[in-house]
Amino acid sequence: MTDQPAPLKRVLRFMGDNPIIPLIILLIMLIGVLEYMRPGIVNERWMGNTIKFAIPLAMLAACQTLTMLTGGIDLSAAVAATISAFVMATQVPIMGVPLAICIGLIPAILIGLVNGFGVAFCRVHPLIMTLGTGLIGTGCLQVYQRFVIATGSVVPDGLAWLGTGRTWGLPNSLLLFVPFAVVVIWAQRRTGFGRLLYALGSNQTASRISGVRSWQVLLALYALSGLIAGVTGLLYVGLIKAPSLSLVNPLLLPSVAAAVIGGTSIFGGRGGYAGTIVGALILTVLGTLLTLMQMPEGARRILFGLIILAVTTIYIRLTDQSR
Amino acid sequence: MTDNQNPPPLLEASGVSKRFGAVVALHDAALRLRPGEIVALMGANGAGKSTFVKILTGALRRDNGHIRIRGADTNFSSPAQARKSGLIPVYQEPSLIPDLDVADNLRLGQTPVEPFLHWVSELGIANLRLDDTINRLPLATLRILDLARALASEPEVLLLDEMTAALPTDLVERVLGTVRAQADKGQAVIYISHRFAEIAQICDSATVLRDGATVGDLPIVPGVEEQVVELMLGAALETNPTRKAGAARAASGGPHVQVRNLAVGTKLRDVSLDLHRGEVLGVVALEGQGQDELFEALAGMIRPTGGKIVIDDAAVSFAHPADAIAWGLTFVPGNRADGLLMQRSVHENIALPLLARPGKWGAIGMASEASRVNDAIARLQIDTRAMGEVQRLSGGNQQKVTIGRWIAAGVDTLLLFDPTRGIDVRTKRQIYLLVRELAAQGASVLYYTSELAEVPAACDRVVVIFNGKVVDVIEAAEADEQTLMRAAYGLTGEALPA
Repeated sequence: MTDQPAPLKRVLRFMGDNPIIPLIILLIMLIGVLEYMRPGIVNERWMGNTIKFAIPLAMLAACQTLTMLTGGIDLSAAVAATISAFVMATQVPIMGVPLAICIGLIPAILIGLVNGFGVAFCRVHPLIMTLGTGLIGTGCLQVYQRFVIATGSVVPDGLAWLGTGRTWGLPNSLLLFVPFAVVVIWAQRRTGFGRLLYALGSNQTASRISGVRSWQVLLALYALSGLIAGVTGLLYVGLIKAPSLSLVNPLLLPSVAAAVIGGTSIFGGRGGYAGTIVGALILTVLGTLLTLMQMPEGARRILFGLIILAVTTIYIRLTDQSR
Repeated sequence: MTDNQNPPPLLEASGVSKRFGAVVALHDAALRLRPGEIVALMGANGAGKSTFVKILTGALRRDNGHIRIRGADTNFSSPAQARKSGLIPVYQEPSLIPDLDVADNLRLGQTPVEPFLHWVSELGIANLRLDDTINRLPLATLRILDLARALASEPEVLLLDEMTAALPTDLVERVLGTVRAQADKGQAVIYISHRFAEIAQICDSATVLRDGATVGDLPIVPGVEEQVVELMLGAALETNPTRKAGAARAASGGPHVQVRNLAVGTKLRDVSLDLHRGEVLGVVALEGQGQDELFEALAGMIRPTGGKIVIDDAAVSFAHPADAIAWGLTFVPGNRADGLLMQRSVHENIALPLLARPGKWGAIGMASEASRVNDAIARLQIDTRAMGEVQRLSGGNQQKVTIGRWIAAGVDTLLLFDPTRGIDVRTKRQIYLLVRELAAQGASVLYYTSELAEVPAACDRVVVIFNGKVVDVIEAAEADEQTLMRAAYGLTGEALPA
């Protein structure tokens, strides 16, 4: 420790200990830029919309955050979500709403269990395993579509209300999301299961020596990730109102980006869901910002990619306390 | 050593020093090697042997001192340069690329094929095919291939590091014979081994390192072993730590843990021992004599290939460390990095075993967890200034965390593998005291240590393992370093491998 000018150092130290602070500052800055470019755009209506679109992203990013804590990833999450949404919507005319929702969630959990089995027992790298099950899931969905092509699809009113509705200016999806986020943030720190995610991501050998059977944790984790993805799909179809075979797929890579920007290490053992939520908000605001710039699509994507890289790099530098 | 000034030394190192940050690894290492001579390089753990070897072979640069080859000052900046001037090492770990076949490996090292094959058959490996993939060959064959490759490039100085460690007896004889014959033809050999018998068989002299300096250069004559052991230990002999009145060995009943004829692969061959309640049983062995396997098998990390483990009269077998933990066997690994969640807090590290079973996956009782963790922290006097991340703690405090984990979970049988490696004296004392205290409360402790001096301070009895077998059981009161060192080198006479 050298005698550097104290204030700057202290600010950096503070941000290192509370990694969510710089993220929130960045979010506010982005909103400021937006307001500067289009004065008056930032109003209650805009905020409601932003939150509405950020929520499904943040929920899908929960799958990434939780699996990343163990050093994994869930690339099948978007497919699981799409399948849930599509199956549910096509089953509503046949089965009725409650049963259709249950049936819709089953394939998502199944994908998660297969992922867990592959990662825990066959020792397939999660990246490959979930990529594979995602592709298989997409294929199965196409086959499924041929059988139900005649039945048509219905998005239940309840889900549409939850996905798009507002109450006192606030999006109704917060009714689902706030309890969800509270439970995830609580569980990651204050439950045995949550702690074991961090433990496995930090050191498999140490966890093993301590008596942790990693297959139990991984199986439960990926099944849980599938379930969260399924619920996300149901919420998202309520927002978009048109089930398709690639409904949630565009959210997959942003969900990974949201977790990483939010400070979760892809190598495991570090991070948490609170950061991911802010990450999802940042990505959503950034999307609006770039749309407003009226650039060609190509340039917009390039800029989007560059900004994500820059933010992640700076953020990691800023919060890295390990010498 | 002024017997014959002709021929001049082939390799002469003097006053070699090396420091890593604040740690002085070498300060005055010396070695002299004439053509046709085999010199054993010896030293206890941490004497600086491996640093010296790395400097000689160009893997590290020295800070000070001289290395002369045929009288000319050299300062190798890379292993390749050292090779060019005729110094070829054969290291303990096979250095062939596993996914290539033999021919490709030879091509990479620019080894001439004909002489290589000659040496391979000379050393006793028949029917080697050049298109065999390296990773399909047994370890012993790989060692021979390494040696043959070195011999094929006609070294002037050959450096053999634990060459015979993984070899069956017949191959050992072949290797020793070949090396001796090469020396007689004028090559010089630096021979590193834990086995006195081999050194006595082929070496001309022994250079002994202690605490980073060469302390002796002895011709090999019958009975020199005692002198070498004394030189390796040095002044440490005089310190005679006060014995604990540790005879708390349970008067109650039979042994708590019985190990019978335990074997794991080729490393651990036949170990039997009894561990009583209230006893600290030391384990002493040179590196790689099977002690790692013994501890890992008892901890449920690996499956034994033979023998049995009996706990309180029940034969047990472990498929996972969780099974061993269920039977009360808890493990503190030798490599701290294997035992810790480096990025997580002290608290999370200590509480980990409490949460391992699926029944404990729910909400954590934060208050009761905190009290157990804080008890362990207080009992071990863990420095709590850097609680946030274990990687910011000192080595000693990290070690306390790995032990504290089992104290918080409740100790029954503790398997401590070299718990004091690389930590400061004060913390070492605390660990001895803790171990004694745990034993006094009825726990059983199996305590492997690479530091012989601490055996009387921590243990009640000590078993000595050599070459995968128990060669001696000594009461700690009689376990001075000399006795232990002799036993560890297999010099006790009884149970020596033929």
